[in-house]
Amino acid sequence: MEAGVVLKMQGICMTFPGVKALDHACLTLKKGEIRALMGENGAGKSTLIKCLTGVNKFEAGEIYLEGFNGPIVNKDTMDAQNKGIATVYQEVNLCPNLSVAENLYIGREPLTKIGTVNRKAMNRQAEELMKELELDIDVTRNLEDYSLALQQMIAIARAVDMDSKVLILDEPTSSLDDREVEKLFTMMRRLKAKGVGIIFVTHFLEQVYAVCDGITVLRNGQLVGEYNIEELPRVKLVAAMMGKDFDDLASIKQEGSGDKRKEPLVIEAKGLGHAGTIRPFDLDIHKGEVIGLTGLLGSGRSELARVIYGADRAQTGTLKVKGKEVKIKNPIDAMNLGMGLLPDDRKAEGIIGDLSVRENIILALQAKAGILKRIPMAKQIEIADKYIEMLQIKTASRETLIKQLSGGNQQKVILARWLATDPEFLILDEPTRGIDIGTKTEIQKLVLKLAAEGKSLIFISSEIEEMLRTCNRMAVLRDGAKVGEIEEADMNQMSVMKAIAGGDSNE
Amino acid sequence: MKKTKINSNSLLLLITVVLFVVMYAGGCIIYSSKGFTHLQTFLNILINNAGLICVASGMTCVMLTGGIDISVGSLVAMDCMILAVGIEQWGWSSPVLMVLILVIGVVFGLVQGFCIAYLDIQPFIVTMAGMFFARGMTAVICRNQVSIVSDKIFTTLAGLKIELPFGGYMNKKGILQVPYLRITVIVALIVVILVYLMLKYTKFGRSIYAIGGNQQSATLMGLNVKKTKLKAYVLSSFLTSIGGICYCLNTMAGTTQQATGLEMNAISSSVIGGTLLTGGVGNVFGSLVGVLINGTISSLVKTNGKLISSWSNIITAILLCFFIILQSVFAKIKDSKK
Repeated sequence: MEAGVVLKMQGICMTFPGVKALDHACLTLKKGEIRALMGENGAGKSTLIKCLTGVNKFEAGEIYLEGFNGPIVNKDTMDAQNKGIATVYQEVNLCPNLSVAENLYIGREPLTKIGTVNRKAMNRQAEELMKELELDIDVTRNLEDYSLALQQMIAIARAVDMDSKVLILDEPTSSLDDREVEKLFTMMRRLKAKGVGIIFVTHFLEQVYAVCDGITVLRNGQLVGEYNIEELPRVKLVAAMMGKDFDDLASIKQEGSGDKRKEPLVIEAKGLGHAGTIRPFDLDIHKGEVIGLTGLLGSGRSELARVIYGADRAQTGTLKVKGKEVKIKNPIDAMNLGMGLLPDDRKAEGIIGDLSVRENIILALQAKAGILKRIPMAKQIEIADKYIEMLQIKTASRETLIKQLSGGNQQKVILARWLATDPEFLILDEPTRGIDIGTKTEIQKLVLKLAAEGKSLIFISSEIEEMLRTCNRMAVLRDGAKVGEIEEADMNQMSVMKAIAGGDSNE
Repeated sequence: MKKTKINSNSLLLLITVVLFVVMYAGGCIIYSSKGFTHLQTFLNILINNAGLICVASGMTCVMLTGGIDISVGSLVAMDCMILAVGIEQWGWSSPVLMVLILVIGVVFGLVQGFCIAYLDIQPFIVTMAGMFFARGMTAVICRNQVSIVSDKIFTTLAGLKIELPFGGYMNKKGILQVPYLRITVIVALIVVILVYLMLKYTKFGRSIYAIGGNQQSATLMGLNVKKTKLKAYVLSSFLTSIGGICYCLNTMAGTTQQATGLEMNAISSSVIGGTLLTGGVGNVFGSLVGVLINGTISSLVKTNGKLISSWSNIITAILLCFFIILQSVFAKIKDSKK
């Protein structure tokens, strides 16, 4: 191994049933380096980490660790820990009911001559460790008395005190506020100065540029590249994560579908927000308008939609629907106001696998009508047939169980469900994910057709071209907040990606 | 930044202790004419509940891991029956039988603990099976009541009075009544102290708390969760066997219906003493106070004389509710502070 390198992973391959999770992924970590491991959801970040810590067994590839001759394989997390690879997870994996000192030393407590736990010595060692890391903590108090950020740091202290060469921080900042994040960074820099190699997994771009020295980008289980931080400005990082080559971004400018802002307002959100998922935002949507929500996965796209729809109850701000102020407490309220939501995770939130296509189509309409007013069978059949025909749902019959349909057709059934309620405002969250090109085009056409009929839509997609083709306006989200809007005239691949990346994207 | 170290957990214990003192003092005031003020009344509570104290100590350890052991009442009955039948019908000597019972306890705990820790079966189900088994076995050994009269060592142990050098008084006939303890109380108190030290100062004890706090974390921190759980259930059954011997020294008999519901008394004592059913919080002194509170309630009801004994169940129920509500209120306060 080259000098100064503490960890090298090469050609790691790993398959889950039906999916190639890692395809010759690599990672190199130097001594005293903070390296960000980046990639969109499903890129293979956590799988790679789990291969390193022994949670997952990889099929091919080698891991080299400083101090070991030849490749190593970790049996489990304990084994990895003993070799000097420690992990701190997003949730704090400590015991809240024990004292800070015990949390630091349990399992390896200093003992007295007769074999009992030497609490005095343990507390003293813990105090020294806290002093060394400049943490102002009374080690005899219970862990639960301290904030999440401090608990996180205590977890890191435990990992570090076990003489770790490699420290993996798996989204440690998700539940921390800005001040707490800064504290964490100070600690990371201190550890870096001591020569610990840190792998930092996060989806906050700001944080990467604040603290990291290098970036390793994965996409679809493959290595996109390993970069020094200065080689990869934000916009290039976003391009790398999304799989767009920065130089040949063909701009597919569609025919202008006209400014809809003279049309009456359908949705007026002012300062709407939900703690922990989306910061307060303003958003206006006009009749017949298609608004695209863009941003990286986890930037708050779906969360914004969920707040409008009442799936997450808005904690701040006001919402006006067609000029009237409304309080949406739950999705039923939203439905009664003429809204519909096609969720992004159709398995978990959308389809009911053991019901037929007809029953799945009728579901929202029935819920809207109320449980007591059963929709007559003849009417149900009529509606089901209409949408099977209109959306060209490929199903053996209207009574086929929906779980027997392909993903794309399931998606169409759920779309049919919302269309059946005749909504004036429809939120489509990743309606084209995981379906074939042909169906994608059909759905895009349908979106345009619905807009032409005077319906308003929110369209969420990870594919920028698709949004460019369908949207009148785009709202940009980053790190759980709406950061701006892009007018139709300014909409192209480049401007959208720059907006997603934010910061000094002109570098 | 030295702050007071009283957190809500020790506060719960404090409330329990205060409640006990208030309750006992109240009893002394109301029933002073009926002799409630005599030291012996208090000592009798200890004597009557010596077995329960041992059982509750084991129960506390199990509950601290987040588990439960409802087999203990039946196990006590089985222990008593083995002692009674062993002495009276098989003609074995009592020390041999006592060792046998302790061995049975360990084996019983090993089986239950193995199922719970290594096969990942719900503790409630496993120990319920244990409960039925032990109760059934009691009847299989003998279906009648067997009184112990013939073993010298056993009857001597049972009759042994350990007199205290203070607190005596003259009764109405002018005879000096010297307060005394039984050997069972000494055993029970030693058990409590040892378990307390074990929980506080050994790796095993701290692992128990860690598992109750967060089992997944305990695993990730490299503790042997399975082994610790197994040991906790073995400890529970072993202490129950000691409790069974104490119980038998008190009743001097074996019957099939002996110690029914004792497991519930042990659980309620632990809960009143501040042990959380979810595990991780509590200590064995609290459970001792819990037993004393339960004992005081029935003693008060008995002293009253007019109330039927079922009233003590009702009062225990109210207390239990009170403590559970208190625990959840504290938990809510703690959450809201975050």
